[in-house]
Amino acid sequence: MKRQSYPIFDASGVPDDLCPIENRPNPMLPGEWRSMKPVVDRAKCVKCAVCWLYCPVQCVVERRAWFDIDYATCKGCGICATECPHRAIAMVEEAA
Amino acid sequence: MSAAGPSQGARPLPLEGGREVRAAASVGEVVADRPEPATMLTMLKQEAKARDFLVCDANEAAAWAVALARVDMVAVYPITPQSSLVEYLAKLVATGKLDAEIVDAEGEHSVLSVLQGAALAGARTYTATCGPGLAFMFEPYLRQPGLRLPMVMSIVTRDTLTPQSVWGGHQDAMSVREVGWIQMYCETVQEVLDTILIAYRVAEHRDVMLPVNVCHDGNYLSFGVTRVDLPAQDDVDAFLGKPNINWHAALDPARPMAVDPLTGGAGGPGPRTFVKYRKGHCAGMQNALSVITEAHADWARRTGRSHAPLVERYRTDDADIALVTIGSMTGAGKDAVDEARDRGVRVGLVKVKTYRPFPVQAVVEALAGVKAVGVVDRSVSFGWNCGPLYQDVAGALGHAGMQMPSMSFIGGLAGADLTTRHFGAVIERVAHMAASGQSGATVWLNEND
Repeated sequence: MKRQSYPIFDASGVPDDLCPIENRPNPMLPGEWRSMKPVVDRAKCVKCAVCWLYCPVQCVVERRAWFDIDYATCKGCGICATECPHRAIAMVEEAA
Repeated sequence: MSAAGPSQGARPLPLEGGREVRAAASVGEVVADRPEPATMLTMLKQEAKARDFLVCDANEAAAWAVALARVDMVAVYPITPQSSLVEYLAKLVATGKLDAEIVDAEGEHSVLSVLQGAALAGARTYTATCGPGLAFMFEPYLRQPGLRLPMVMSIVTRDTLTPQSVWGGHQDAMSVREVGWIQMYCETVQEVLDTILIAYRVAEHRDVMLPVNVCHDGNYLSFGVTRVDLPAQDDVDAFLGKPNINWHAALDPARPMAVDPLTGGAGGPGPRTFVKYRKGHCAGMQNALSVITEAHADWARRTGRSHAPLVERYRTDDADIALVTIGSMTGAGKDAVDEARDRGVRVGLVKVKTYRPFPVQAVVEALAGVKAVGVVDRSVSFGWNCGPLYQDVAGALGHAGMQMPSMSFIGGLAGADLTTRHFGAVIERVAHMAASGQSGATVWLNEND
């Protein structure tokens, strides 16, 4: 997938003490600040896609038989677990 | 105001100064028989040439300045005593004399937020507010100078609540003096019109890139009607040039960037990055002093109208004592100086026009020859029990190592009059101070009115 429609803005002509701007994509992903992670129970998931629909960062990934979570981008908000009508998602504390 | 509508053509008035002066068209006039668009355009052009002067208050003059500056977007919310300014803007847009988007926002917080988006998209922007409206605008108002987004915003100065008051005073503008906007205070209606146009040139200068408040006194200037000369559109266009607002930070799909990301903190490059932006802001403010001076000089060259850019000296050359004033009170102050001079008192007056950045050097030079100084404020510094302008002047004198007695005088709060009688009393007190070497506590000029 092409991730950048336009070339990155060249800010070398702009003084670096005017308005703070950022032209490089931030390498930090939301997964780095998660304290609770959603875990999908494959036996309970019926692929209704409610989690996929509600996820604010769109980290729900479709598998052949169930929906899974991309832990690189999931920030652990728990909305999917709250909304899942089959109680197929549990929030589990991250290991320290 | 004389009414020479577009359908009647321009009506010549008697010659003045060898130049044929024509009557101006009113902002809100209704044209009964609206001509076809092509004819209309020709007539508007003829009318624009004919419009050499207006008879209006500063709220209307400000609106005309906005039209002359070819502002792209205005966002507004009315508040006394600024309300008629908003109405004049709306009429200018409705009659096609101001080709701008106008946004009637739900409050001042949205007004400035809308304009920040517009400026980041490249628009020349304008708004006006005061008092409680300025207070409600405070969050985006804090952000604007740090974004280094040039714009012009009039503050039609009003005293702040509480006690409840809807009248003039500088407390609103003075309360935001350390936010990092440029602030210029006007003495006359003509100066309001000229200064708004000068302010765009200053704000958009690449060495400045900061928003400017043009402050005009609520009631005295906002509703005081006088003759105002209008500059020619060609001269204004040449003076201002094409705006380039968002060369440094933009909402533009062709230049993808995040504007104002999280900066600062205790770790990594945070501390030094934050300091770099703060120092850049301070440098922009200091650069503004020379840019303001140059812009006023160029304005005078093009229009023949000269205003003191930083401070104006009035009869200070051989003065023993001096008054320092700000805003429209200066007129009464000058009259009082003339009366005292007639009595043999060698007094001069220094008007501060550019208040932020504070023109330390210009103030020090203007007061170099006097033995005592009295500073008259229309607002209060609660922290120092004096006027804020007095604080600045005392700071400048101290910075320059100049020892002289000085005193703070506060008057004109919440619409109270500052008359030649009040200024006469100030001159008397300052003369006494020069003779005795003794300064005194802050004097409240309207205390016994």
